[in-house]
This record gives sequence, C-alpha cells and structure tokens, in this order.
Amino acid sequence: MNNKQWIRVTAMQNIPLREGRSVNVAGREIAIFNLGDRVLAIDGRCPHKGGPLAEGIVTGSTVVCPLHAWKISLETGSISKPNENPACVATYRTRIESGIVLIEVPEASQEMEERPLSCGEQNRACLGDSPSPVL
Amino acid sequence: MMERLVVVGNGMAGVACVEQILNHAPKFEITIFGDETHLNYNRILLSSVLAGEKAADEIQLNGLEWYAKHGIVLRLGIRITDVDAERKMVTGDDDSKTPFDKLLIATGSTPLIPPMDGLEKEGLFVFRNLDDTRALLDRAAPGKRAVVIGGGLLGLEAARGLQVQGCDVTVVHLMDTLMERQLDLTGGSYLKAKMECLGVKVLLERSTTAILGNGKAEGVAFKDGSSIAADFVVIAAGIRPNVELGRKAGLEVNRGIIVNDYMETSNPDVFAVGECVEHNGTCYGLVAPLFEQGKVLAATITGNRGPLYRGTIQAAKLKIMGVDVFSAGNFSEKAPGTDAVRYEDPALGTYKKLTVRDGKLAGVILVGDTSESHRYMDWLRSQTDLTAMRRQLLFPGPADDAGLDVAAMADSKVVCGCNGVTKGAIIHAVHEKGISTLAQLRDSTRASTGCGSCTEVCQQLLKAVAPEFQEEAKKSLCKCIPFPEDKLREILRSQRLRSVQEVLEIYGNGVGCEICKPALSYMLDMLWCGDHDEDRSARFINDRVHANIQKDGTFSVVPRIRGGVTSAKELRRIADVAEKYNVPMVKITGSQRIDLLGVKKADLPQIWADLGMPSGQAYTKGVRMVKTCVGTDFCRFGVQDSTKAGVELERRLENLYTPHKLKMGAVGCPRNCAEATVKDIGLVGQEGSWQVVVGGAAGKKVRKADLLITVESTEEALQAATLFFQYYRENANYLERTYDFVERKGIENVRRDTVYAPLAIQQGLRERLRKSKRISRDAWLEGDAPRHPTQFVQIESLEKVQG
Ligand code: SRM
Ligand SMILES: Cc1cc2nc3c(=O)[nH]c(=O)nc-3n(C[C@H](O)[C@H](O)[C@H](O)COP(=O)(O)OP(=O)(O)OC[C@H]3O[C@@H](n4cnc5c(N)ncnc54)[C@H](O)[C@@H]3O)c2cc1C
Ligand code: SF4
Ligand code: FES
Repeated sequence: MNNKQWIRVTAMQNIPLREGRSVNVAGREIAIFNLGDRVLAIDGRCPHKGGPLAEGIVTGSTVVCPLHAWKISLETGSISKPNENPACVATYRTRIESGIVLIEVPEASQEMEERPLSCGEQNRACLGDSPSPVL
Repeated sequence: MMERLVVVGNGMAGVACVEQILNHAPKFEITIFGDETHLNYNRILLSSVLAGEKAADEIQLNGLEWYAKHGIVLRLGIRITDVDAERKMVTGDDDSKTPFDKLLIATGSTPLIPPMDGLEKEGLFVFRNLDDTRALLDRAAPGKRAVVIGGGLLGLEAARGLQVQGCDVTVVHLMDTLMERQLDLTGGSYLKAKMECLGVKVLLERSTTAILGNGKAEGVAFKDGSSIAADFVVIAAGIRPNVELGRKAGLEVNRGIIVNDYMETSNPDVFAVGECVEHNGTCYGLVAPLFEQGKVLAATITGNRGPLYRGTIQAAKLKIMGVDVFSAGNFSEKAPGTDAVRYEDPALGTYKKLTVRDGKLAGVILVGDTSESHRYMDWLRSQTDLTAMRRQLLFPGPADDAGLDVAAMADSKVVCGCNGVTKGAIIHAVHEKGISTLAQLRDSTRASTGCGSCTEVCQQLLKAVAPEFQEEAKKSLCKCIPFPEDKLREILRSQRLRSVQEVLEIYGNGVGCEICKPALSYMLDMLWCGDHDEDRSARFINDRVHANIQKDGTFSVVPRIRGGVTSAKELRRIADVAEKYNVPMVKITGSQRIDLLGVKKADLPQIWADLGMPSGQAYTKGVRMVKTCVGTDFCRFGVQDSTKAGVELERRLENLYTPHKLKMGAVGCPRNCAEATVKDIGLVGQEGSWQVVVGGAAGKKVRKADLLITVESTEEALQAATLFFQYYRENANYLERTYDFVERKGIENVRRDTVYAPLAIQQGLRERLRKSKRISRDAWLEGDAPRHPTQFVQIESLEKVQG
C-alpha cells in the first residue's frame, strides 16, 4: 500500500549537528537527527523501555538510548547492543527542501493499525537490561 | 648432637641472622630472648605507624607460626641481665638461667639522652620501639604542642608523624643544619624549607639545657637563655649501642662490641650482630649493614667460616612523603681530587649533588627528587668509572631513559637494602615458586617490604624474569580512541586540542561513542579550565539540559541549597513552582536538598527562572553538595562551625565538572552527623582543628575516607580540600569516584602530590582551579540564553498531516 505522504517538519537549523530532536507528526513521536551530510528519522521511543531516543548521544549513524544505552541504527532501525537484533524501530525517509526537513509518514488513518508491536516487548527476555554506563 | 644457641634480642638483626642460620644445615636448638613483649616487627616502619599509615599489627615480620615451624623457643618479656661466659649461662630478669653452647648478642641500641635538667618530668618521650610509639600516639592530639629534640632522620620522622596527628611540632636541633651527617648545608636548607612547608617548625643551633615545667614537661630551655613552650617533648638525639652484656661476657668493647671481618668477637663462642656491634671503627644505625653482617655471621657460626664482612656503604632515605631525601657515601668536597657536581631548582625544591673522586662516585645527596637513587647506589657499590658518563651524571642520558637496566645488574647485587635481598635471590624465588606478582614476591622474599624504595626495581625484575608477570594493564577508554586516559590527557594538552570532534578525528575513529564523548568533553573542559570548544552533542542529555532524565523522559530539578541551609522565602518559591507546574513529586533528597521530579523539558527554563536559585548539579558528573550539620550554631557538642565551613566549601567549588560526581560533607565534631567520613571530601571538626578526609563512600561501595591532613584553621581546611579537589580533577580517570582514585593512588601519594607537594606544584593546582572557577557559571543561566534555539523547545511540525 502506498498511502504515505511527505510532511514539512522544521527548519534544518533547528536540529544541531550530531544531535536529535523529537517532533510530533501525525500522532507519532519521531526523532530526527542531523548527521551533517544527511538527516535521519526514526521512531522516538526505545523498544527497550520507551526511552526518548532524540535525547541520545549520536555515534556515527547510531543513537545510544539515554536510559540504558541500547544502540539503535538510524539507517535501519536495528539494534546492535546489547545484542544484534534485526530492524525493529521504524525508520522514516527524509529529505531537505530549501532548508526545511521533510519526513515521509503513513497517512494518519492507516497508521493506527499498522503500527508494529514494539519489538522490545517481544524481545526483552533475550535482550536483557544493560545499565547505562554514563549514569 | 644439636648445639644450644641462645639469642638475646628479638629485633631486626637477631631474627634476620637466625633466618640466615636456618638456611644452613641444622645445627642448633635455638632460644630467643626479647625484652619487648611483641613478636619481631619492622622497626623502620614505626615512623609509618606514628603517621597513621600503618597499624601496629601490619608491621610484624615473623609470626608465632614461624618460630614454631623452626622449633625456636621464644621467650618474650624477659630481659637478660647477666652473662657468665665461663659457665656458658645467661640470667634473665625472671631469675631464669639458660645454658648455651653459642651465644648471639643482638641487643640493638637505646636512645641517647643528652644531659639536661628536668629529665625526670612527665611528658618526656623517646622513639625507639612499639611501646614508645603507642605512648606517643596516645599523647598526640590536634593542637598539642610537641617539641622534638634532634633534627636527624629519626627526629624528623617523629616530627612528621606527630604533625600528621595534628600536633603543632617544633624540631630543635643542635647543629646549624638538619641531618648534618647525611646532608651538606645546601641540602639541609632545602630540607628545612620542606619541613616548614609541611608545617613543622625548625629551630637550629639550639642546645637544650633543661626541660621546664612543674612536675610535667611544659617547655624546653636553651643555652642562649631562650625557651619555648611544649605540651610534651620527644628526645631523638641519637642512639647508644647496648653493650652491657658484651662487657659482662668479657668481650672486647669500644663504642660497640668489637667484631672482625668474620663477625667474631674476642670469644669464639659468643657472637654479636646489629646495632650493638662495632666493625672497623663503625657502629651502624641502619638495617642494610645488619643483614650483610647476619649473612656472614650465619656462615661463621655454622662452621662455614669463609665469607667476610667488609663494611657497608651507608645510605639513608628519609621516609617522609613529600620530603624526598636520599644520601649515601661521602659528600665532603674537601678531599683532594674531589669534584662536586650540583643541580638545584629552588622553585621545585630539588637539589642534587654528587661528589666524584678519581673518576668514581664518592657520595650523593638528593633532595626533592630521589628517583635516581638506585643508579647512584649502583655506581657507589661497583665503583663504576664515570669518565665517559660525565655529561649525564645528574640526568639519565637518552639511552638510560628507561631507568635502571636490570639485565645488566650482577646477581649478587642487593636490590632490597632493608632486607638484604639480592637480584639472584629474587630470580631464584621467581623460578622456584612461580611468582608472578609483586605481592607474592614480597611474601616470599620480603623484598620491598622495608622502606619501599626498591619497589620499582623489583617490578622491573619481575617483568624481566617472571613469565606470567602482568603489569597492571592500562585500559584505553573505549574502542574509538586507543589510548589510556593519562596518555590521552597528555596528548590533548601537548597538541592543544580543544574540541571533542577534533580529537576523535585526529586520534580516534572520527565517530566516538557514548563512553568517550562525555569523557573527552570532561577532559577538555578540565585541561583548558573551561576555555575549550564546548560541544553539547558530545554530552549526555543531562548536561545538555541541566536536569536529570527520568524513566519516562521527563526531568528532575534540584536547586542548589548550599550546605542544606535554606529559608522560608526559598521554600515558598519552591512550593509555588511545584503548584504552578503541577510537579508530580516533591521530595527531600538524601543529600539535604529538595527534588522536583517529573518536569517537562520545555518547562525547565521557566521553572529555573521562577525558582531564582542556582543549579544543584544533581544531574552531572560535577560538584554535588556539601552536607553539613548544625555545628557550633546550635548543637551542644559542636566544636567547629561546620555549617559555615560547608557552605563556603560549596561556594568555592560549585559549577565545576569532575571526573565523577563529587559529594562533600562538613561536621562540627567527630559524631559525624552529616556523614563527612563517607564523602568524597569531608571536613571533620575537632577541638581546635579540622581533619580533612578524602575518598570516602557510602554508595555502591562503603569506604571510610582517608585522612589527608589535620589543620588548625577553617581556611587551611578549605585550602587542603580544594587542593585535593583539583588534583582529583586532573588525575582521575573519567567515571572514577574518589573512593577508587584514592585507593589506586594510595593516600600517601595523594598527600605527597597535594598538601605536601612543593609550593610551585600547589600553586599550579590552585591557579588552574581559579581559572576554571572564573570561567564557570551557573548552568541554569542557559535558561535565559540557550546555546541553541531548540535546546529546551518541543518542536512542532510545520505542517499538519491531512487525514
Ligand atoms: C534523588 C536522590 C535520591 C533521593 O531521593 O534522595 C538520588 C537519585 C539518584 N541517584 Fe543517588 N540519589 C541521591 C542521593 C544519593 C546518595 C546519598 C548522598 O548523596 O549523600 C548516594 C550515596 C553516596 C554516593 O554518591 O556514593 C547515592 C548514590 C548513587 C549511586 C552510587 C554511586 C556510587 O558510586 O556508589 C548512583 C549510581 C552512579 O552514580 O553510578 C546514583 C544515581 C542516582 C540517579 C542519578 C540515577 C540516575 O542516574 O538516574 C538517581 C536519579 C533519580 C532521578 O530520576 O532523579 N546514586 N545517591 C538523591 C539526590 C541527592 C541530591 O540532592 O543531589
Ligand atoms: C623509628 C625508627 C625508624 C627507623 N628507620 C630506619 C630506616 O628507614 N632505614 C634503616 O635502615 N633503619 C631505620 N631504623 C633503624 C633500624 O630500625 C635499626 O637499625 C634496626 O632495627 C637495628 O636492629 P637491631 O636488631 O640491631 O636492634 P633492634 O631492632 O633494636 O633489636 C634489639 C632488640 O633487642 C632487645 N633487647 C635489648 N637488650 C636486651 C636484653 N638484655 N634482653 C632481651 N632483649 C633485649 C630490644 O628490646 C630489641 O627488641 C629506624 C629506627 C627507628 C627506631
Ligand atoms: S556532628 Fe557533632 S556538632 Fe555536628 S550536629 Fe552532630 S553532634 Fe552536633
Ligand atoms: S529504554 Fe532505551 S535502553 Fe532502556
């Protein structure tokens, strides 16, 4: 199904280099990251225990969740730490038009049913808790 | 048939000699008499016991099981009063008579008491054995005035120990320079400056004529008519060999019991070793010669007569942290053909002098930096021809950079002078017993358990010969940047790098991670005293928004309430804020402050503005708080104004980042109501003084803080605390709490590098702290002037989704 649309979200300079910001689009909390050469967007909540991913430290094209340091790829939505885990955080296509970030999201009506079950809920047992090294 | 060997003196020389005898074929049934009631202990370390660095039971050398294992009969608390050489019998003060075939006199020496009036007064001490040390510890208390008569090694170590216990110490010395047997005038003046820097007063050229006071010591009077007050007096004016038993046995006795090169006295069945003997005109007062004597004596007495004792080159090391003094050989420049090679730096307090005679080293004096002492001892002992090394005498040449070459050392070379352990013995032990750690080496050979100055050589030897030896591997921070942290700090400083990204690009993988980014952020801030390129993307979220992130993504707000002291007005504002912003929980924290939990990021700036209070930094690796008690203001036990001192300490250090969070406490008396002894830095009030303690913990780990120093005034206490603070900032690894840091460094080294460091070093620490403080500001001011327009803002989508 191709019921997606591009949404103008915010001025590029509102997202500092190598940081993320969270934005509400169509009832979704999405985390947008400025990697210098590109902008990437993923679901705003960590599959582990719902940590706010926009607040994480960016390392390369990965974000480290601020709560317990899970590492989530901004490109694929997969988890590399504590364990390798296939894509389970939704990613969104982005583009920049005259300094404005655009994100492609499913249309509002569909979104509710399509939203996948958080993989963290399914996988918690095997992924385990890893305490944050920074706290 | 076993012969009966009776040893008089259960001290260092006697027991060490017995240990050597046991290395030969069994020949004796041994009985040892000792008039002290303690098992044999390391007398050298009494200085450490007095300074509170070691407990009395930590300095024991031979436990009961050792005596039992070797079938040695130990008779403690019995003084031998007579020897009948004819009938081969000793008499004890318990009237016991013990026959012997061979007798070994190892009675050591007694403190020398110079003639003066008033010696019968109470409050007069000497410093020779464990009982003396305990008596001194009982008497020493903060603020007590102690006078130490004697400015030699022993007197100075006594003075320092008493000073660490908080006493107000004056050293009185007869000569015009301290340690005149070991130092020349210049060396003596450097030493004096260092002692004074520790807070010990020094009076030279004072001949003490009387102990003043009515029944108890209240002062001392000098020949020049002057006098000073004292609460107690320690006499450390030298030692006198205990030769009475030698006389009674009819031996040839001069100052000491005369022995020849085989360690024989004038009676073939009576031997003597240690401080009570005189060899070739010399009575020794250090342990190294005793061990050498003991070895020779053991050979002779067991019928292996052959090895000769030819005297020992005297080498002395002052065991005072921060006052590094080493001296060996003959430092006089007067002998013909003698050159003196010198180096001095008054700012660092470093003085070095070598005397070179006929191209060979004759003597050495090192003050302030004794790191090369082993090299010089080696040259002295081996009489190396120095002609070719003339340019590098005082500084190791490039090739020698690594210090001493252990491979080139002869097997017979003594590594541990205190315990007479040779390189050969160490290598043997390593192979025989599969030793791989320094601790094991210490256990099995005793090397490096005396004054500790050979520890580095032992470590190098282990590295060279122990197959399993692993030097404490230095871990690098993370995979992104492959350097241990101390190296990293060096790189950042020398390469003048000021931003995290720059460091990662030049020295790392260009990317960084959640471990190294905050660590590098910290290092740069600390190294450049705040004058770096702050990059918030490299900081943890807490440090981007100056609040602690919670499990649901909201934040907590803890305003600074210095010392836990607040006011009705402040409390009212806090209450108003809590209502206005619907703060879900208001909680009194475990650190005497108030926490507003569950705050939305976007509300933070407005909340801070409404509160009108500075940030309590409860979210960062930085200065948290100073917990205080009510101290003198209200408490009936308070003897120091802990509240005021704590608030002031917090003011001086707040807003600064630290390697890990840093918590402090100040209490008005040792009841410790605000738990200062389990804080990173604590001030503990005493009558007339403060104890500054560091490295305490009561979190994941519980650890009682170590005493850094005892000082009289609040200002001095604050100064000591801030010195330690900056030292921790500069030298700890990221995320290393003080409890680990102090343990890793050792409190001795911490003291040496802070409160007892040369003035120039202390000033450096202070200056860098001042600079950091000047640049730092209350983080919550960013609420009014954000670093980035969306720092606290919740971004709204520009365009609504069409449904
Ligand atoms: C709020 C408070 C508990 C309270 O309600 O009283 C608290 C709350 C937290 N403590 Fe604590 N600690 C609080 C006093 C203490 C104390 C008591 C004290 O300070 O006297 C200790 C023991 C002393 C110490 O620090 O060692 C303490 C030992 C810890 C530790 C263990 C540290 C350690 O190395 O032993 C951690 C974890 C860490 O730092 O790695 C920790 C970590 C935390 C964190 C920050 C966990 C985190 O990273 O999110 C908690 C934040 C809760 C939140 O969501 O805001 N907290 N914590 C206290 C805040 C004090 C303040 O006013 O700033
Ligand atoms: C505080 C202090 C610090 C020192 N620091 C150093 C240092 O850093 N480096 C160094 O090389 N040296 C140092 N020394 C010196 C070193 O401790 C002595 O050289 C060494 O202990 C002498 O050994 P000894 O066996 O001859 O005498 P001691 O160790 O004194 O042993 C003699 C023992 O015999 C006992 N005794 C005496 N007469 C009788 C008797 N009639 N009957 C029974 N028992 C008797 C004594 O009570 C004593 O226990 C220090 C000494 C002191 C006091
Ligand atoms: S520590 Fe001492 S002075 Fe302070 S409140 Fe407790 S009892 Fe009072
Ligand atoms: S909620 Fe993200 S790691 Fe636990």
